Amino acid sequence: MYPSLLIPLVAVSASAAHGFYLSPFTFHLSPLTTLAAFDFSVFLRPSPESALNNLSYLLVGLGWSLLLALASWVVAFVVGSVVGVMRTLPGRILPFIGACYVELFRNVPLLVQLFIWFFVIPDMTPILGDWFKQQVPPIWQEFIAGTACLGLFTAARIAEQVRAGIGSLGPGQLGAGLALGLKGRQVYLLVLLPVAYRILIPTLTSEFLNLIKNTAVASTIGYVELAQRSASMAETTSRVYEAFAAGTLLYAVLNLLVMFFARALERFTALPGFLGGRK
Amino acid sequence: MVFDWSAIPGSLPILWQGMIVTLQITLVGVLVGLLLGTLLALFRLSPNRLLSWLSAAYVTVFRSIPLVMVLFWFHLVLVPLVVGLLFPGKRLELRFIAALTAFSLFEASYYAEIIRAGILSVTKGQFNAGLALGMNRREVMRLVVLPQALRRMVPLLLTQAIILFQDSTLVYVINLDDFFRKAYNIGNTVGTLNEMILFAGAVYLVICTLASGCVRQLHRKFTVLPVK
Repeated sequence: MYPSLLIPLVAVSASAAHGFYLSPFTFHLSPLTTLAAFDFSVFLRPSPESALNNLSYLLVGLGWSLLLALASWVVAFVVGSVVGVMRTLPGRILPFIGACYVELFRNVPLLVQLFIWFFVIPDMTPILGDWFKQQVPPIWQEFIAGTACLGLFTAARIAEQVRAGIGSLGPGQLGAGLALGLKGRQVYLLVLLPVAYRILIPTLTSEFLNLIKNTAVASTIGYVELAQRSASMAETTSRVYEAFAAGTLLYAVLNLLVMFFARALERFTALPGFLGGRK
Repeated sequence: MVFDWSAIPGSLPILWQGMIVTLQITLVGVLVGLLLGTLLALFRLSPNRLLSWLSAAYVTVFRSIPLVMVLFWFHLVLVPLVVGLLFPGKRLELRFIAALTAFSLFEASYYAEIIRAGILSVTKGQFNAGLALGMNRREVMRLVVLPQALRRMVPLLLTQAIILFQDSTLVYVINLDDFFRKAYNIGNTVGTLNEMILFAGAVYLVICTLASGCVRQLHRKFTVLPVK
């Protein structure tokens, strides 16, 4: 079983180290027979949460994945825009801080960042950390740590896109804005960013797709998202093929849906005069 | 909170063993990924419809699935399936093989896209010039297009290698003892988990920052003027 890691770590140390592991031999794989007997009825049988059948169990997992992705996206979009803008500002200090942010979050593996948010930071923050560990329900602990981690990680990538997007506009737009009497902040909010976002929709879409895929990393801290639920369904039902096929299919469907909506959004907001813009 | 770093010096040899596993996964992933990725890119651009479609399907499938799921698939389903057919009745240790295969095949789909974009960035004139000189398609690819494309791709390929190095931490989900998993396990046993996580993070940060700095230098050196 996956350890949900809700219990203080010291207490479960021995089992936690090896708990997050499904052995391929627990399923007694006899490859051909298993493959031949693909059993769909398993989805209608009761799940580990016995109120649901296995299909709904996976779908709820998909919902948790999507919820985490959306919450992280909000964080990533806001922080990423701020950091990206910082890197385009005149002067030394703000661009430098922006560059450091991007380097820091890009050069530490996502899994390590997640563990820092989930294990280290609550221990390091005196009062808030204790409240977090004792009062917040486990699922929301995982959700909050996941959101902070994925949000700030993706923000570093969005910052680079935003910087490139603003850079691609050239100095003319900034100059024109200033000439109209707008203040620096207004030029960014009213002229540069709106145009940059519209140009960036395709790259931002692929960042969002990456973000959805990255939510699967949250399974390592016991967050009940789709990858984790596929694995735990595989374990409880011993139907590995079915569980992972369904989980994979759901990720693919979500991917397609997002791409479909992004295309529509792209068409709707396309800028005349740019490559791929409205004629 | 007070930090206790005392467990780190003594555990360096064990951590180094883990780092070797990490490096092996990265190296194999990069090499096999590059080889297979080049093939996939060439298939994708070949006039043969079937090859082109197969390559596109491969890339799309791998790119729409989270790496964690890919690792589960290879560890729990695909590798045991193949090994079960080849060596029936044996219980082999498959985690490492599963990780190597998963990363190689997964990275191939990412390399394929980089290489395809690199090839497409070489202008059509170059290709036609090669044909006009009497070379056949394969020769043009090998002698004219790929050398130019490679120069443009090198920084991106290396950046992808750094990403692979970081992503290899995800072998955590199949319980393979890479650098991070070793650090985590030691921290868990000794009771200084926070310190070990931070230490591992710092090691990755230093290595990846240095490596990406080198890639940036190389990028400056390798940039070719666009051939018109």
